[in-house]
Amino acid sequence: MLLSLEDATVRFGGRAVLDTVGLDVAEHEIVCVLGPSGSGKSTLLRAVAGLQPLDAGRVLLDGRDQAGVPAHKRGVGLMFQDHQLFPQRDVGGNVAFGLRMHGASRPQQEQRVRELLDLVGLPGAARRAVAALSGGEQQRVALARALAPRPRLLMLDEPLGQLDRSLRERLVVELRELFGRLGTTVLAVTHDQGEAFALADRVVVMRDGRIAQSGTPLEVWQRPADEFVARFLGFDNVVEGTVAGQAADTPWGKLPVPEDAAQGTHTLLVRPAGVRLVPADEGLRCTVAARTFKGTHVAVQLQPQEAPRLEAACALREAPEVGDEVGVEFDAAETVVLD
Amino acid sequence: MVVPVAFFALFFAWPVAAIVARGLKVDGAWQFGRIADVVAQSDIRHVLWFTTWQALASTALTLLIALPGAYVFARLDFPGKQVLRAVVTVPFVLPTVVVGTAFLALVGRGGLLDELWGVRLDTTVWAILLAHVFFNYAVVVRTVGGLWGQLDPGQEEAARMLGASRWAAWRKVTLPALAPAVAAAALMVFLFTFTSFGVVQILGGPTFATLEVEIYRQTSEIFDLSTAAVLTIVQFVAVGAILAVHARTVRRRETALRLVDASVTARRPRGAREWGLLAGVLATVLVLLVLPLAVLVQRSLDAPGFGYYRALTRDDGGTFLVPPIEAIGNSLQYAVAATAIAVVIGGLAAAALTRRDAGRLVRGFDALLMLPLGVSAVTVGFGFLIALDEPPLDLRSSWILVPLAQALVGVPFVVRTMLPVLRAVDGRLRESAAVLGASPWRVWREVDLPMVRRALLVAAGFAFAVSLGEFGATVFIARPDNPTLPVAVARLLGRPGALNYGQAMALSTILMVVCAVALLVLERLRTDRTGEF
Amino acid sequence: MHTKTFVAAAVGLGLITLSACGSSSGSEGSGNSKSVTLVSHDSWAVSKSVLADFEKKSGYKVNVLKDGDAGQAVNKAILTKDNPQGDVFFGVDNTLLSRALDNGLFQSYEAKGSDLILPEYRVDQAKHRVTPIDSGDICVNYDKAYFSKHKLTPPASFDDLVKPEYKNLLVTENAATSSPGLGFLLGSAAKYGDAGWQGYWEKLKANGVKVVDGWEQAYNEEFSGSAGGKKAKADRPLVVSYASSPPAEVIYGDPKPKTAPTGVSYGTCFRQVEYAGLLSNAKNSKGGKALLDFLVTKEFQDDMPLNMFVYPVREGAQVPPEFVKYGPQAKDPETMAPAKIADNRDQWVKSWTSLVLK
Repeated sequence: MLLSLEDATVRFGGRAVLDTVGLDVAEHEIVCVLGPSGSGKSTLLRAVAGLQPLDAGRVLLDGRDQAGVPAHKRGVGLMFQDHQLFPQRDVGGNVAFGLRMHGASRPQQEQRVRELLDLVGLPGAARRAVAALSGGEQQRVALARALAPRPRLLMLDEPLGQLDRSLRERLVVELRELFGRLGTTVLAVTHDQGEAFALADRVVVMRDGRIAQSGTPLEVWQRPADEFVARFLGFDNVVEGTVAGQAADTPWGKLPVPEDAAQGTHTLLVRPAGVRLVPADEGLRCTVAARTFKGTHVAVQLQPQEAPRLEAACALREAPEVGDEVGVEFDAAETVVLD
Repeated sequence: MVVPVAFFALFFAWPVAAIVARGLKVDGAWQFGRIADVVAQSDIRHVLWFTTWQALASTALTLLIALPGAYVFARLDFPGKQVLRAVVTVPFVLPTVVVGTAFLALVGRGGLLDELWGVRLDTTVWAILLAHVFFNYAVVVRTVGGLWGQLDPGQEEAARMLGASRWAAWRKVTLPALAPAVAAAALMVFLFTFTSFGVVQILGGPTFATLEVEIYRQTSEIFDLSTAAVLTIVQFVAVGAILAVHARTVRRRETALRLVDASVTARRPRGAREWGLLAGVLATVLVLLVLPLAVLVQRSLDAPGFGYYRALTRDDGGTFLVPPIEAIGNSLQYAVAATAIAVVIGGLAAAALTRRDAGRLVRGFDALLMLPLGVSAVTVGFGFLIALDEPPLDLRSSWILVPLAQALVGVPFVVRTMLPVLRAVDGRLRESAAVLGASPWRVWREVDLPMVRRALLVAAGFAFAVSLGEFGATVFIARPDNPTLPVAVARLLGRPGALNYGQAMALSTILMVVCAVALLVLERLRTDRTGEF
Repeated sequence: MHTKTFVAAAVGLGLITLSACGSSSGSEGSGNSKSVTLVSHDSWAVSKSVLADFEKKSGYKVNVLKDGDAGQAVNKAILTKDNPQGDVFFGVDNTLLSRALDNGLFQSYEAKGSDLILPEYRVDQAKHRVTPIDSGDICVNYDKAYFSKHKLTPPASFDDLVKPEYKNLLVTENAATSSPGLGFLLGSAAKYGDAGWQGYWEKLKANGVKVVDGWEQAYNEEFSGSAGGKKAKADRPLVVSYASSPPAEVIYGDPKPKTAPTGVSYGTCFRQVEYAGLLSNAKNSKGGKALLDFLVTKEFQDDMPLNMFVYPVREGAQVPPEFVKYGPQAKDPETMAPAKIADNRDQWVKSWTSLVLK
């Protein structure tokens, strides 16, 4: 294990911002901590970096307890959301900073800076002034700077937050490729679920200072652990129901459930993909309340007569209009029994 | 933090305590009753009242007149700006004896005001107030202007885009950002004027007395040390109260301001309003500051062919003469030493004060550091005598005592100028550096120092000027016979004869030029902005 | 770049500290028997050659410490008398003498050549704690040009100064802080007596006397006869100054005048004498004694007038011709015993302040 957090606790005032958090990050792994603001994810990063002392628990890097080790001796990299590039230095000066602190010689610095700038896609930019860079370019410089001293663990705080959408999507792919090539161990923190899922090998969802779920993006997507995680992932089709055998009794009628589903009263989730539209007199009768164009598909909000709303995903051509009456059927494969 | 505290304790706290104790301890018994006695005297209360209100009035007047100047120097670009900025700092440096002469040419008999409007202000309080503005204009311009020049104009622009009028944007965005610097400048000006000595005597005349003048009389002339001790305590308490009020009301929000390089924000004036402001400020500077200085220069040139200057270089061997080269050399030597000490000590203190984990105690030290500006220089000077008389600290006859005493006044300047800028540095920039491997000391050097480089130069300029002008206790300590420029000028003015008077004017002019040149050099000393590879 | 600045500052600071250690051990009058320290006020001056001569003959190096004006210097000496800053103190005058003696500032030593000091200056004959070194007269100076232009005779005595024809013409200094100011006050007290001087000053005030803080301001700003005064368009032709001022106007005139532009009103003079003495706990008494002897030698006494603008006290000492011609010593100045001055000074200054300044 490269990084181990054991029962890490941080309190501000009376509130536990990190509450006995346990986390392991293996070498070469990319882990994304996902959570809403206030969930403690930034504090987690700072605690690992040594910028925030722990009130209880331990941080272990390469198996060694980091208690008492100051931030500048931990050998980790940290990239802030707003990059925090040093305004008085040019691009090369920024990237070389860590190398200078570790005593690298001038030629060594120059070489590594060139290497990194090539890596992040800004070849030859060493002499440019920081203030003259665009947002995306600043991001790359910040990345190069963090990578330069070859930290054993690279931590990213909302790495793509400030970029526009297309840039974000492009960069996420590039980053994953880059990290894969370099074999960097990465711990990233974000509130953007799309970013997390695209970047990470493993996703950790946090809530109020605790870990709600940890798993590969696929696992988390397919089986959210509880209602909070489900809702955080953007799934709104959450409802209470009683599971008996292969079906569950819910306000939406009988929902088919997967074979090994837990029995009894539970919260259930139906992913929009599992909500099939059928003619109005078949299945659950609903009125189309709203429709949102999502690029590749249309998200349709359906209002059954005496039940909570449903969300369905339709192909462009087949999406009904607002006010239409439709029927709804459910697909067991897309139903999940939560908690 | 250890070094500044030690410096402060050894060279300020201990001497002051020693001399006050000497005054209050008569024959081994503490005479605290004396305090009540003295304070009860109506004379003393009147003196305290006058001292306070003239200081408040002077501070208000200075801020009023100098803040537009701060803006102009910070944000507008015009030819000769750097030279003018150096020139307005020169009054700081002049010995009071000379200022009296210079200023009377403005406000006194036959002066400009007399000739234009028949108004004579000498021997009125207005002469004192205006002279205080004359001295302290540079304090505001440099302290406030320094920060103003580094504020990101984008912030104000953003406010205006959101619908705020120019004035509202200034008030709501710029003013709060400037508040710490304005408060710092106001505090310094207040302390200076509170302990004002020579200006009151010369321009006000013997009918006006401030607390400092009274302490001087008691200590130096009448030699009533117990009354002097009590008055020092009164002054101390008053100054302490001011410092406490300042610390409490000025909410030093650790706002990370977006600081930009000062040269980026300065631009040519646009529009009638800005040109008008520029003209107004230039006119004020010309009349209030340059004119009195010009009078000195003019009087030094009265002898045909630079006669007085040549007289300075002539070494008559027999009769008394101060070779000006020697005096300049001595002055510069002291000034360099004092500036170095002030910058190192002040820098360390400022760094310690901005650390995130600075406890309440450390913050209290912030206020303490200002005390030397507010405590009687006479007291400190006399205190040195009885405190620093045992080896290894028997510095009474050592030349280092002079720069030390000067640094005592310089340190608060350094701290006060650097603090607002240091506090405005984004803490996360420091954290970035730390994570990249910079130890706390290196973080300061790599992150804070470049940001405050400008402020550091301003501060060094102040400390240098303070030293050249022989502020504070240096006037009251024994000096080995190496005259500095102000001392030489005072000597020449102390004897009759046209030649002596003319040479005094010439030497004063040289003093002004030396100061202006040194300040200009400091301004030009800018390390390369980019490319620290 | 930053490294360099810091290193430079550190090196500079280090050098300064080192040199401070070096110089302080050299300039202490203590232990080191090869140097002697003279503590004085700011007006001390001596020609380099004269002092070098003494240093060569005696083998002592002379360090001079200047400690402010006369009052300050004396007070500081008293303050540090248990661990004095030097060996010899020069510059206590007759107005401060009692204070110094009562506080035990000096130890007994009769300087060689004391017998050549003119009798009128001798004091403390029993214990020889101080040696007179120089004397000066505090007198009203007048601007000749003004008086000839207005066809007035310049005032010659205290009484004259209150006459209506001299209304608004006199400027004097604050007796609380200025030596000549105090001297003038003491002179009036000597003349009119303890009870009478207040009445005199009331009349002076009614006659428009102007009081400023110090001599520099009075002489250079308010007195029409000085170079500075002319430039400042001064309008007062009478100032309380020294009898040695007119000679100075000649010696340091620019261009050199044929005769003195100012004169002395000899009826208004107060005699001031300056003394020197061996400090009570001096570390180098031997050197101090040699220095005191030197201050009484003809060489030094001859050198004094043009350096400090005072008169020698030694019989046969030379006085520059300008002094003799334009500002000889007053023949019959007002005087007052140091003890009497000490007894009354504070009270008189207080009364004077409320009378004249308020």
